[in-house]
Amino acid sequence: MAAYDCGVRLGTGYPGTPSTEILETFEALGGRAQWSPNEKVAMEVAIGVAFAGARAIVTMKHVGLNVAADPLFTAAFTRLDGALVVVSADDPGMASSQNEQDNRRYALAAGVPMLEPSDSQEAYEFTVHAIEISERWQAPVLLRLTTRVCHAKSIVRRGTVAIPPPRAAHFEHDLPSRVMIPAYARPAHPRLRKKLAEMAAWNDEAGPNQLITGSTKLGIITSGVAFLHVREVAPEASVLKIGMTYPLPAERMRAFAASVDRCIVIEEGDPYLVEGARAACITVEGAPEIYRFGELTSARVKRILDKDASPEPKRVAGKMPAFCPGCPHRNVYTALKNLDCIVSGDIGCYSLGALPPFEAMDSMVCMGASIGIGLGLRHSLPPEAAKRVVSIIGDSTFVHSGITGLVEMIYNPPESGHVVVILDNGTTAMTGLQEHPGTGRTLAHTKTGKVVFEELARTLGIRNVYVIDPTAEPERFQQTIQDCLARPELSVVISRHNCLLANRGIREYERCNEQPTD
Amino acid sequence: MSSQPTNVTNGKPTNVVIAGLGGQGVIKASDILADVAFSAGLDVKKSELHGMSQRGGSVSSDVRFGGHVFSPMVPEGEADYLVVIAPDQVPVNVWMMGQGGVLIEASMIDESTLPNKKSINVALLGMLSRHLPFPVEAWHAAIGRNLPEKLLEVNLRAFSIGQASGQGVEREG
Repeated sequence: MAAYDCGVRLGTGYPGTPSTEILETFEALGGRAQWSPNEKVAMEVAIGVAFAGARAIVTMKHVGLNVAADPLFTAAFTRLDGALVVVSADDPGMASSQNEQDNRRYALAAGVPMLEPSDSQEAYEFTVHAIEISERWQAPVLLRLTTRVCHAKSIVRRGTVAIPPPRAAHFEHDLPSRVMIPAYARPAHPRLRKKLAEMAAWNDEAGPNQLITGSTKLGIITSGVAFLHVREVAPEASVLKIGMTYPLPAERMRAFAASVDRCIVIEEGDPYLVEGARAACITVEGAPEIYRFGELTSARVKRILDKDASPEPKRVAGKMPAFCPGCPHRNVYTALKNLDCIVSGDIGCYSLGALPPFEAMDSMVCMGASIGIGLGLRHSLPPEAAKRVVSIIGDSTFVHSGITGLVEMIYNPPESGHVVVILDNGTTAMTGLQEHPGTGRTLAHTKTGKVVFEELARTLGIRNVYVIDPTAEPERFQQTIQDCLARPELSVVISRHNCLLANRGIREYERCNEQPTD
Repeated sequence: MSSQPTNVTNGKPTNVVIAGLGGQGVIKASDILADVAFSAGLDVKKSELHGMSQRGGSVSSDVRFGGHVFSPMVPEGEADYLVVIAPDQVPVNVWMMGQGGVLIEASMIDESTLPNKKSINVALLGMLSRHLPFPVEAWHAAIGRNLPEKLLEVNLRAFSIGQASGQGVEREG
């Protein structure tokens, strides 16, 4: 909503829990938003928008920033003309992610200022602040969210912060600020450090930080959703809530720590604020190591304040998700299990193939890794085992970062050949049925250019390319995989059947798109 | 069992946890509840864990409302009401309830009386509504705002059936 109110020219991103809804909402409000094939491309498009003097927002989940880190780090060296707000949504507790990285580390590593809202209202206001900071210092700004800020709803009032009007898009040649050859990048680095020093001073003076004066016995430094837990559990305490967590408002933190008898940092994830405070020679207490893992809750914050590091009570485990009844992936895993395959897997609904009853996926690391890891297994395993290796990757994941894996396979083919199965269910199912370049429809489900996987694979030089519906022809699917495994050649098998959850929508979009649009 | 509706504006917020499995309408039910509380002029926060849950895994959503709410998560052991759509999710979530908390779960409603079994989530809100001070018209309006028109009639009936199905069970200390 803030992005819309600020006149953001373009929102880009790649879907991923818990960030997906941001662009969908922006689009529903009337903003222009688009899914990119992956986060790196989304970041690059957004940098281009900011080079044109306009406002851009780019959204992704925490691991998405790993993919987009390359353009981000160097964008920090450049001079933007517009605004670039990078929204990165962390998933402490890993409700739906493969790792628990704390992306506040990126702000520090890349030299990018960072804001951390704690609720929906602040998500709105801090987006506006992020645009202001980005335009003032001509630098990208990281808006770091977490699950309980994203998948939370609380009341948002518009008009609580003044919104500077956007400027018209334009282009100025400014080679030394945007062409990061070494000769231009060398002066860019001290320029960046100077900007950060100015921002740190501004953050101390006027940053979006909040001081609650309470008891002088207990002072808590906190940020993000942890602030709300702190207020719940220790309403009497003095609190310094840091809204801009990079560069840190060190002098405010120092003064705050000196004003209380006990100063403790409560934060979700890594001890980022603790380390920042200690690096500035501010004496603060941190939380015991066990609280680094998982989400914070009011109960856990209370335990931290009580210095309780005893094991936490175990809860009854919830039910694990499973493939939907009739899901096309089921027959794929049945075939792979029947053929005793070694399955190099990837990220999507089909990751559920690692769980009972199939337990037929042997590895999963990151988006697109199935192909490279499968090739590494093929290169090194003894021949009898090597020829059982299959890489399995979803349609959206394939577009995201599987294509380069396919190029690697053609360039460095294993002696035993290799088999890649692309699970094309016509949607990005896991994140909630988003479109991708393989569906031929935009974020708003209108018709656009389409990447056709079988044509792409053939063009790249793979001779054995098959398209099979595993629901309609499960035996043929299994037989094809078996034949491919028996040959020391490169094969791509596309398993094509629409996701059952998406099917109704897909038929509706196709019907709408076929109607003439006078 | 207190027959007085909860006083929602004084003191601590009212805490409701709605739980079930992916696809049962947990999030939808919590949206409707949050909408009713918002319409009554209260501060409302809700948060949930989902993601892989669309594939039939556990889902739970916390809704808190009152004069002022800090955390969007219900503190452990402080849920005033636990609404569970899938019976096997009661043991997974029961620790969220405090003493005197009220459990409202699907088996307390005769499913065969519902015009559509899928509206069990809204029927359970009907049971919950007996404890809360929001008028029935406000509930109906919130249901209308959160569901497509063609499902409205079925869900309003489900809500009424829920209202007539009792008040749930208070947790023994």
